[in-house]
Amino acid sequence: MTTDTTTPAGAVPGTAAGPAPVTGAGTALETLTIAKAINRALADELAADEKVLLMGEDIGSLGGVYRVTEGLKARFGADRVVDSPLAESGIIGTSIGLALRGYRPVAEIQFDGFVFPGFNQITTQLAKMHARTRGAATVPVTIRIPYGGGIGSIEHHSESPEALFAHTAGLRVITPSNAHDAYWMTRQGIRSQDPVIIFEPKRRYWLKGEVDVSADGHRGVSAFQAQVVREGTDATIAAWGPLVPVALAAANAAAEDGRSIEVIDLRSLSPVDFDALQASVEKTGRMVVTHEAPTFGGLGGEIAARLMERSFLHLEAPILRVGGFHLPYPPSRVEEQYLPDLDRILDAVDRTFAY
Amino acid sequence: MSDDVRTDIAEAARSFGITPEDYMLPARHLIRIVDQDGTVLSTEEQGAEPGHDYPVPADEDLLEAYRRLVAGRRINDQNSALVRQGRMAVYPSSHGQEACQVAAAACLGEGDWLFPTYRDTVAVISRGVDPVEAMTIFRGDWHGGFDPRQHKVGIQSTPLTTQLLHAVGVAHAARLRGEDTVVVAMCGDGATSEGDFHEALNFAAVFHLPVIFFVQNNQYAISVPLARQTVAPSLAHKAVGYGMAGERVDGNDLVALLAVLERGVRLVRGGAGPLLVEAHTYRIQAHTNADDATRYREDAEVQEWLAKDPVKRMRTYLTDRGLLTEELQSRYEQEAEDIASALREGMNRESTPDPQDLFAHVYSVPTPQLAEQSAMLAEELSREEAS
Repeated sequence: MTTDTTTPAGAVPGTAAGPAPVTGAGTALETLTIAKAINRALADELAADEKVLLMGEDIGSLGGVYRVTEGLKARFGADRVVDSPLAESGIIGTSIGLALRGYRPVAEIQFDGFVFPGFNQITTQLAKMHARTRGAATVPVTIRIPYGGGIGSIEHHSESPEALFAHTAGLRVITPSNAHDAYWMTRQGIRSQDPVIIFEPKRRYWLKGEVDVSADGHRGVSAFQAQVVREGTDATIAAWGPLVPVALAAANAAAEDGRSIEVIDLRSLSPVDFDALQASVEKTGRMVVTHEAPTFGGLGGEIAARLMERSFLHLEAPILRVGGFHLPYPPSRVEEQYLPDLDRILDAVDRTFAY
Repeated sequence: MSDDVRTDIAEAARSFGITPEDYMLPARHLIRIVDQDGTVLSTEEQGAEPGHDYPVPADEDLLEAYRRLVAGRRINDQNSALVRQGRMAVYPSSHGQEACQVAAAACLGEGDWLFPTYRDTVAVISRGVDPVEAMTIFRGDWHGGFDPRQHKVGIQSTPLTTQLLHAVGVAHAARLRGEDTVVVAMCGDGATSEGDFHEALNFAAVFHLPVIFFVQNNQYAISVPLARQTVAPSLAHKAVGYGMAGERVDGNDLVALLAVLERGVRLVRGGAGPLLVEAHTYRIQAHTNADDATRYREDAEVQEWLAKDPVKRMRTYLTDRGLLTEELQSRYEQEAEDIASALREGMNRESTPDPQDLFAHVYSVPTPQLAEQSAMLAEELSREEAS
């Protein structure tokens, strides 16, 4: 059985892409926010493939509530950047039908808390269509969902439901943490033959970074691989999406205390790149996994359990989780106390050294 | 309301032969062409509105539809028998609804699509899917037995209305591709309570898509009668809220069904926008073999509907018109028997689904986790085999 994430396919799972050629071609660096990087990725995919179309609420003339699709309707027309009726199940369900006829719909769900009217279509139909038809029908639907807290909003605008989707077989779930990844992971997600959920860290939409938009700017890295974003030797912090910058800040603070912390950005939440996590924890012997979602039933637990199975004899301490409490996401005036922050992560790192 | 939408409605109304005001009203009468005793009703009794025209299909089309009707009844009863014999896990029979099944498939052209429910196996087979492949789901070999793109038929799935939105998406794709595809999206009376029913009709109307929503009102959603699904005067009335025309037809009158659906397909293909057709019929048997219909309905009601049987009615009508000879009747019966025998043979053939197949199609390329789990199962099975 062949697998896709073990080879650093630059492009796309489900295509025959091997490792991307390492060429001497120059890079083309642009400084973009995450929102602009996604906008650029959508534009580039719309331009590259006439079967790509966007569908969602307010994505046309308004350019989306976060302006991620700004300018795309004007450039590509109302048939390719479709303002849909206000109905999430309709957006997902009709995207499945479009995909059955060769389109690559990219659906936008306006906020994390509004995906649930579409949850039935995602879990009972989109995720299962390929298996149900023994692979005869591919449904390359991409669903973009801004997620996570820290934006001072009201209920249903700050949630992290990624575990629900990662738990569902048949979906790929990815989440970028920086502008370069946002650009490439969006493009690779759209090109995947499988349904892909892209969780976009909305509180980082305005975070700027350098994006290599040259043809092989992905540097051979697949959207379904994790990446070490800071090397270290004493402990590993595994994070994704909005918490990667927090994990990096925690690692920098720990460095002042003389601790060398490695930070892994998971990027892909289904499949999880356990090989990368295993390599890191076997090097450092300690790991803290952090996510905004509640720890109970969360992905941190799965990661801790899997690494315990794989790397038990290499562990100097139990793998610790730092995540949300098992609460409905709190009102904005107390969300600061809910969200994992630098101190809470550092406390956990300290505890791994206490064993 | 935008000017575009106003124009669309005015044009649609004209194409349906009514005023825009009437267009927003539901069908007043159920269309019936052949009475339950097989006699043709006078034009006035057929229920058509002035301006509506439901041409009776050509003789050869009627005979072909009847041939499929006879086969459909036999398929239903053979499958129910196979469940009783333990050869299949479950079979939701459309016994009594075969006229709807046949008409839903017969009205479509080659490039058109059909999105059935789990009770619409006869329609699936009537559309050309191999009967044994169609039964794969109910035998428990796999969750789908055919390639939906090859047959232009959606895979049957048990959540009630998810397929309606897939149908709308396929119609949307047809519009974008400039193809004159028509999509028939099937559901039952219970399904009209689901949220996706609303979203599908609304999307189809807003995007002015070529979809016929074909509702088989068989009076029951497992045990719950229609009165608990809606208090609307009819299910066809639901079309009004979407700016869509709605029609009612006798679901046990194959001639009327063909006339209404073929006219619908013609109009929808011509750009009239979506259409809702409600067929009045009856689920003669229990929901499935696991259900006990005596707990929630009276036998007298079943007897009343048995008298309206679509097969008997069509046979009388065609015989009286001199189209159906004894010889043709025996040929159709023999063909139905051949299908039944192929089903028996197919279902009695031992098959051993390979559990390793489960890992092969979840993703276009198996993930490392699945590769690991597949190896784990293989190892477990080889140990079992060795012991």
